[in-house]
Formats: sequence, structure tokens, C-alpha cells
Amino acid sequence: MGKRFACHRISKGQAQARAVVSGDKLCFYQVEPESGIVMERAHTLEGKKISKSVLIFPGGKGSSVVQADGLYQLNMHGNMPSAMIIQYPEPVLVSSAIIMEIPMVDRVEAAFYDTVRSGDLILVNADEGYLELFPELAPSV
Amino acid sequence: MFLNDEQKAMMDGKCGRGAAYAMEIQFALGEAFDAPDMVPITRAHVALSNQEADLWFAEKLLAGGAHCRIAPTVNPGFCLSLFSEHCAHPVEEKFAALMRRTHNAYRQLGAVLSYNCTPYMGSNVPHFGEICAFSESSATPYVNAVWGARSNREGANSALCAAITGFVPRYGLLLDENRTGDIHVHVEADMKTPYEYHLLGMMGKKIGEGIPVFTGLPRIIPPEALRNLGAQLNTSGAYGMYHIVGFTPEAPSLTAALGGKPARHEVVITNQDLKDILEEISDPGGRKIDFAMFGCPHFSLDEVKYIAEKLSGQSLAVPMYILVSSTTVEMAGRMGLLEILTAAGAELLPDTCPDQPCWHFLAGKEGVTESPKCAYYPQRRGIHFVIRDLDSCIEAALKGEVN
Repeated sequence: MGKRFACHRISKGQAQARAVVSGDKLCFYQVEPESGIVMERAHTLEGKKISKSVLIFPGGKGSSVVQADGLYQLNMHGNMPSAMIIQYPEPVLVSSAIIMEIPMVDRVEAAFYDTVRSGDLILVNADEGYLELFPELAPSV
Repeated sequence: MFLNDEQKAMMDGKCGRGAAYAMEIQFALGEAFDAPDMVPITRAHVALSNQEADLWFAEKLLAGGAHCRIAPTVNPGFCLSLFSEHCAHPVEEKFAALMRRTHNAYRQLGAVLSYNCTPYMGSNVPHFGEICAFSESSATPYVNAVWGARSNREGANSALCAAITGFVPRYGLLLDENRTGDIHVHVEADMKTPYEYHLLGMMGKKIGEGIPVFTGLPRIIPPEALRNLGAQLNTSGAYGMYHIVGFTPEAPSLTAALGGKPARHEVVITNQDLKDILEEISDPGGRKIDFAMFGCPHFSLDEVKYIAEKLSGQSLAVPMYILVSSTTVEMAGRMGLLEILTAAGAELLPDTCPDQPCWHFLAGKEGVTESPKCAYYPQRRGIHFVIRDLDSCIEAALKGEVN
């Protein structure tokens, strides 16, 4: 049994995957579609893979097309994140998540951020507004 | 979110599948932001990108019979006739086909095919308080901050949905209480030309999340500087609104700009900050360059005139590409500027964005530009830039090397 945290639905759906945690805002256009690896110079996730992850990051940045274009290309190569947990929703990223049908939530209790680490297994249930964190499972690297 | 009868009918498919799909997306967006209801818009701008996702979405709406109720102006892709098979560097057929399909899709959707990313300086200018749906990084902050219109920071796709339904969910920057600033940015740096506003906009990481209120800027700020500030704020971060005290219409005083509350935090930007950010984002200078590129966002007629005056009677060492609207090309022709530029070896290109496949022949090359955004996105295409102020870039293009 994991630890449950309440959250707020942004884009519907459910997914369970390993967490990738970023302290920086993200622009999906700066992720290589063929590998799912973040290319942006000096980014916390530079060189890290975000494919099929529960991606935890503050929010989006960049111009008004880059999130949809970036996510679409990642999806074409099977490298789109499985779900996203954010803190600062803004319409460019939110509308892209809705259109690409990626479950997305925000307003997660602060305690979640104190606990979660990259590699933790997380269930995101956007429809019912909760997350379940399974930190006891060691990352499979 | 409450929907009135007209909006409900649209959601139920009474206006076709395409309009219903657009409404569903906007409904989900409104719910995500706790919007109480939807309000009509009277203007829109869509950041068409001529990428596969853009075309996929536009064609999906079109296949559902969608048509724009509010004809939006659109961003540039690339100018097909300038990069067709008769040119020195023709674009690959698959990319020409993509541009043709994008053009046809937006034409059938009923968009204004302006192919220009600075509509707020000419073709699509809202009045104070007008509710609209503007996407494009430089456009949303410009219409909110400078014109005092009301638009959320729409994505290209959500702006297109709004153009089709004619409505937007009422949340965020449409509401008085969300338009006041919360970060006081003291600008101590010398803001001499529009170039310094490019660098100021790149300070997103230091400025942080929120609505910046700038003080310490000059009394007169040209539109090009405001265009640059907005473009780069949305390259280094995500900002739909800002205030400049004593300059923008919703900031008659610092107190008013902050909504009578103390700033959540204070940031000081110095010349050193601008120097440091330049070092971070620019390739090192002291090298030969292969080309110069300006117009991200599109250059104004004044800027074209400025370059023409500098280049008059001279010959460039490397190609110079100046990206502008088709209206600016037309005016430059009438005014004799085009002749001067062509004689010097500079090209004035309408309808074109730096982040397009038409620039394939610049891959592996090193350019100069005054715009950090111009340097940021084309990295993906293997095109790299040294960033300098406009005068230094012009100088570099004349000499073939940059300091």
C-alpha cells in the first residue's frame, strides 16, 4: 500500500510509472523525440530520460507552440511522459496536455514534495484527484 | 464551468464535430483553472508553427467541419516561393508539402493569412479592456501589458479553439484580481536600445514565477523594445503580463501596479546580470561568422530603415537575412529601402520564422543575431549563434567576423 496525497485534476486519466523530478521548468521542444532525453543546456534534467515517466516539475516555459509540438513528436516515438504533476499551471502547457491526452494534476500537498524522489513508483489518478506513492520500491536502474 | 445554451449546443455538436472538439478542449481548460463561465472574444492570434502537431490539429478541426467565427491572424511558417526549387537552397519537398498543407488548412479554417508574429504592432491591435485570445510568446504580454487588452497566455491550439468557438473560459488574466503584479523588478542596468530588453527578458530564472513590475526603465520605450521584452520573457519563462510603472496603462504608480499590496519579492537587475546572461546563452565571440539573422520576432519598418541606412553603399561579407511581415516588404519596396539592402547583399524575407526547415542550409554554420530567442530554438536544427547588439551584428556581417 502506498502513501496517498490529494491533488487537483487538470487533464483527465490515470497512469502508473516511475517519477522523474525536475526543479526547473520544462520546454518539451528541448527534449529529443527519438530518445526522450532532455537536451537543454544547464537544465536539472539535462541528459536525463523522461519517456513514460511520471514527470514532476514546476511548470512549462517557452513559446506558445513548443509544448504541443514537443509532446506530439515525443508521442510519435513512444517517448511521451505517462503523466505530469505540476505546481504552476499555465494555458500553453495545460491545453497541450489536454489535447495529447496526458493525465495531469496540480495542487499536491507540500508533504509530497518532501518525500518524492526520482525513481519512486507513482500512481496518478487525475479523475479521482489523488496520487499514490510507493517509495519503498527501489529504482530499477 | 457553466455553459449557456449556445455554448452547450456547440459542445453537443450542433455546430459540427470540429466546433464540438474545440469546445471540449476549452471546457477542460476552463475546469482546470476553475473558470465560472465563458465569455465572447472579438480578436484572436494563432501561433501557427507549421510543425506536424500544428497541422495534425488544424486538419483534425477542419475534418470536423470547423470554421473560425473570429478570423485570427497567424504566425509565420516559411515563404514557399522564396524557398522553392528555383532558389539557391530549395527546401526538401516533404517540407514544402507540409507548408502547403498548413497554408491550405488555415485558409479553409478561415484565418487571416498574415504570417507575422508581431500583429500587436500593426495588423491586429486590440483596444483597452478588449477580451481576446492571443498566442505567440511576444504577443500575449504585449496585448495585456502595453494595450491593456485581456488575454490569457493561450497556446497556439487553445487560441485556435477560441477562434472557432468565439469564446474563452473566464479565468486568469481576464479577471481584475489576477492582473496586478507581485514581483518588483528594479532595473539598474543601462537600457539603451531594444537589445537590452532582449537580455532583460532572458532573466526569467532570476525574476521568478509571477507578474513582474518594472521600475527604473527609461521614460520613452520604443515598441521594438517592448516586443523584445515579451518575446524573451516567454523564452526564459512563462509570462502573460507585466507592468512598467509610469508607462503601461495599468501601472500609473507602483502601488497601483502591485494592487496596493507589498511585492512578494524584489529583484535587482544590473549591467552585470545582463552580461552574465549573455555569456550563458551566446556562443563565444572572437570568431568568423557565416551569416546574420534578424527578425525574431519580426523586425519593424523602422528597424529595416535603420539597417538600410547603415548598409547604404556598402557590401556585406556574409549573407544577412531580415525577417519581416509582407506589409513591411511592400513598404520597404515603395520607400527604396529594398534596393539599398539588395545592393548590399541583404535579404528581406516575408512570412518566415527562424525556426523552420527552410533554413536547412545553415546547419553547422555560425551566425550573429541580436535576439536570444533566435539563438535558442534553431539549436535543434544545428544552427548556432553569437548574440550581440544590433550595431555589432551589422558590423560583424560587414566584416565576416564578430568580436
